[in-house]
Amino acid sequence: MMSDLHLMSIAGLSAGLRAGDFTSVELTRHFLQRIQQFDGELNAVLTLAEEQALEQAKAADERIRAGDGGPLTGIPLLHKDIFCTQGVRTTCGSRMLDNFISPYDATVVSRLKDAGVVMLGKTNMDEFAMGSSNETSFYGPVKNPWDRERVPGGSSGGSAAAVAARLAVAATGTDTGGSIRQPAALCGITGLKPTYGRVSRYGMIAFASSLDQAGPMTRSAEDAAHLLGAMAGFDERDSTSVDRPVDDYAGQLNQPLKGLKIGMVKEFFGEGLNPGMNASMQTAIDTLKTLGVEMREVSLPNSHYSVPAYYVVAPAECSSNLSRFDGVRFGHRCENPQDLEDLYKRSRAEGFGPEVKRRIMIGAYALSAGYYDAYYLKAQQVRQVIADDFRQAFAEVDILLGPASPETAFRLGEKSDDPVSMYLSDIYTIAVNLAGLPALSMPAPMVDELPAGLQLIGNYFEEGRLLALAHQLQQISDWHRQMPSGY
Amino acid sequence: MDLEPDEVEKIAHLARIAVAAGEIEALNTELSGILDLVERMGELDTSGITPMAHPLDMPQRLRPDVVTEENHREAYQAVAPAIGNGLYLVPRVIE
Repeated sequence: MMSDLHLMSIAGLSAGLRAGDFTSVELTRHFLQRIQQFDGELNAVLTLAEEQALEQAKAADERIRAGDGGPLTGIPLLHKDIFCTQGVRTTCGSRMLDNFISPYDATVVSRLKDAGVVMLGKTNMDEFAMGSSNETSFYGPVKNPWDRERVPGGSSGGSAAAVAARLAVAATGTDTGGSIRQPAALCGITGLKPTYGRVSRYGMIAFASSLDQAGPMTRSAEDAAHLLGAMAGFDERDSTSVDRPVDDYAGQLNQPLKGLKIGMVKEFFGEGLNPGMNASMQTAIDTLKTLGVEMREVSLPNSHYSVPAYYVVAPAECSSNLSRFDGVRFGHRCENPQDLEDLYKRSRAEGFGPEVKRRIMIGAYALSAGYYDAYYLKAQQVRQVIADDFRQAFAEVDILLGPASPETAFRLGEKSDDPVSMYLSDIYTIAVNLAGLPALSMPAPMVDELPAGLQLIGNYFEEGRLLALAHQLQQISDWHRQMPSGY
Repeated sequence: MDLEPDEVEKIAHLARIAVAAGEIEALNTELSGILDLVERMGELDTSGITPMAHPLDMPQRLRPDVVTEENHREAYQAVAPAIGNGLYLVPRVIE
């Protein structure tokens, strides 16, 4: 029993903790031991918070003994290193923040703390969440546990690899253009990007503020429902947080879905899709049909403009957000600055890696005098067109479906020299962020012994229905139960 | 499109990022490649389309004008590279 704790669901672990089968301290030690045993080769965890984790586990055990707490009390998880964690190093995968110890907790972190979760540590990620392979991290790439010659996806690659290798029950991630869904797909786990505004961005290091959203990365839709229930909610500290009640995601998992209309996005099954991936999707769709849902084809005719528009909007917002890294108030400062301009320029040149610099420069160019209308304004218009496409599609169907990525995990180094080919690995995920919609990726049948991700897109605030559909599909399939060998 | 070398230097200056002379050419190729990708937007006619400033149609929230934050200066300055007397220290700006 004790040796299989890492295979259990959140609900199963919670029941075991309450029945006294094991304690949160034992559970936490089990996962700390697994991280120490397996993470050397994966590089998924940047900071292990052993001491704090055991303290939190002790406190959770006391709450459980007192009959207090909820389904997440005593459950160990990992946070993506983009979330500020008070007293624990928060690097965002960058040399710029190598020595940064956050003076406060992100709202996601404090909400989960209040729910009684145990934070094991912080996960590796692409630098400032800019990347699709985890290769832009200052701390080196994360390896995919299914094949350590391959990338785990990005930017939440450390969270995805850790959950896939069962180094934590679950992890948090963030998604600006696919950074939860694409690594979830490539590592064979379930990851959900909520509606923009559903989860607070306070204390989540900003990349592109009109696109960034945090969400759960788990082994099942049921686990994701438990985690999202604790993460979501209004926060007055985030000016774009939505003041609207949070659904009972876990309680709605078995809602009736018969007659639900699901639209296969025609443009996501075009020539860019790997044939094996297409076959995997078709098998998943056939299984889905047995739930009594109605499948039809829908079109998002302008979705191919989403990557170009994104590479204006995201860099423009990142160039503004990352101007805070000036070598003055926190973060890296160069040695012996000659004057203030030298201090700014060398601190930033030394603190940021190549991909972050490229995006800041593209953003600075797009926002510079004389170029604003041609780039930023145009991109915001394209964004409106893409959002309108979704509106029309949701007038016909309840949920949209497609692959989460065009191919399975690629090899380390395969795309790292060509920014544009790397950007195109997010062609099926980016439009969702531009429109601010919720979407999840869940495991579909494997392709050549590598995981494939099925993407489900919902209308605004329809996370509950997405999770219910994913959960009911997971009740009649076992793709999400497959795990990499050797762990 | 290809940027001129002095445009790359200008962009780097706007971004306040030091770029060595030897890096300009490679950077030009990369930035130009990204701009080529971006310019595919031009194929879409967007005349008359209202730019989308925000994913959700909502007004900016207001709150009562009362003090909500305490002073955290010491905690925030604990992570600063150089401070003195409660101030952030930078190279001399005015001679």
